[in-house]
Amino acid sequence: MSTEIQMTKLAKCAGCGAKVGAGTLSRLLGGLPVHRDENLLVGYDTSDDASVYRISDDLAIVQTLDFFPPIVDDPYTFGKIAATNALSDIFAMGAEVKLAMNILCVSTLMDDEAIHDLLRGGYEKVYEAGGILAGGHTIQGEEPKYGLSVTGFAHPDRILKNSGAQPGDVLILTKPLGIGILTTAAKVSLAPAAAYQKAVEFMCTLNRTARDIMVRFPVHSCTDVTGFGLLGHTCEMAEGSGVSIRLSYHDIPCHDGVYELAQMGILPEGMYRNRDFAQPRVTAAPEVDLAMQDILYDPQTSGGLLIAVPEKEAPALLRALRDRIPCAAIIGQVLPRGEWDVMIDG
Amino acid sequence: MSTPIIDARGLACPEPVVLTQQAAKKYDAFTVLVDNRTAVQNITRFCGYQKLSVLTTQEGSEFRMEIAAKGN
Repeated sequence: MSTEIQMTKLAKCAGCGAKVGAGTLSRLLGGLPVHRDENLLVGYDTSDDASVYRISDDLAIVQTLDFFPPIVDDPYTFGKIAATNALSDIFAMGAEVKLAMNILCVSTLMDDEAIHDLLRGGYEKVYEAGGILAGGHTIQGEEPKYGLSVTGFAHPDRILKNSGAQPGDVLILTKPLGIGILTTAAKVSLAPAAAYQKAVEFMCTLNRTARDIMVRFPVHSCTDVTGFGLLGHTCEMAEGSGVSIRLSYHDIPCHDGVYELAQMGILPEGMYRNRDFAQPRVTAAPEVDLAMQDILYDPQTSGGLLIAVPEKEAPALLRALRDRIPCAAIIGQVLPRGEWDVMIDG
Repeated sequence: MSTPIIDARGLACPEPVVLTQQAAKKYDAFTVLVDNRTAVQNITRFCGYQKLSVLTTQEGSEFRMEIAAKGN
């Protein structure tokens, strides 16, 4: 294992925090021609996790791509996290992983062993996800970056869009929040060691288990919580579904120590980008203070699934999830469309 | 009255807010210089929770943040 190189020292912003803000993205995409094809079931116009193209009545391909600069210092762990994060978009659509390709930018400061370790981390996760790594493309650059292009399969009628939530659903989240804050704190050795270690383990944990359990239930909608933070992704679900969503802060799983770090102002730049984008669409009860709100805007790398399921099915789904994923929790409800995309209760 | 100046320009987050925390332990009043909005916002968050007053003025692309224990 290479120990000399500290990957995060080679990067300006870490992990999904490097993602261009949702507001900027919609401006950049604005005015570009949108080609219609009746088999394109999900395109970029609905800000979903992956695009979906129907090949036949019972088969659709699900296509996604994700890559970012190092979020941890160890190349092998970075490889695992970047791959887990990229694969997650397939699981968030309720699909199965089939093929993956590496997207890699190596810095001249990385030796062969570091690059090999990084790729080994990625390979392991693709195979664990049930897919095959079938190639890739590598370039050189100042700042390392790694990720995957992934193709998945799904039945065209069983795609889980982020725009299918219905009033009467409840929302389940499958990983704790606070990844952006903890990785920011780790840069200055302020992250509590146990909490940070747990956060790294979560970033390396595939959403495959959550997906495999979820598809056995009549789930209406799903997305994964990544760079736009819980509130950014919840706003997208609310807007796309034509509903409002009520979140209950104290039901939302968070990593230990994150609230204290938020109070100290240890917050990543991406949190402010997410806040700028989503805040006009969100209202919070007075007892939800600034630090709590900041956690809900914190950009997550390789975050959990956010699942909308009818309330009467929720207890059974939650029980099944908790058998394998103890932190899974019901964090809110879907309501008829009101004044706000998202309301946060204390 | 001149106060100690902490120059956090050119530093990436979260270094400026960490320097601010260290300075707050030593001084009742001090000034922090930063050159990005994330640093300004992080330091403003910290001061809010620590009940420190903060007065921020922008000079070109740089920010001058005068920080004091409330009551000073």
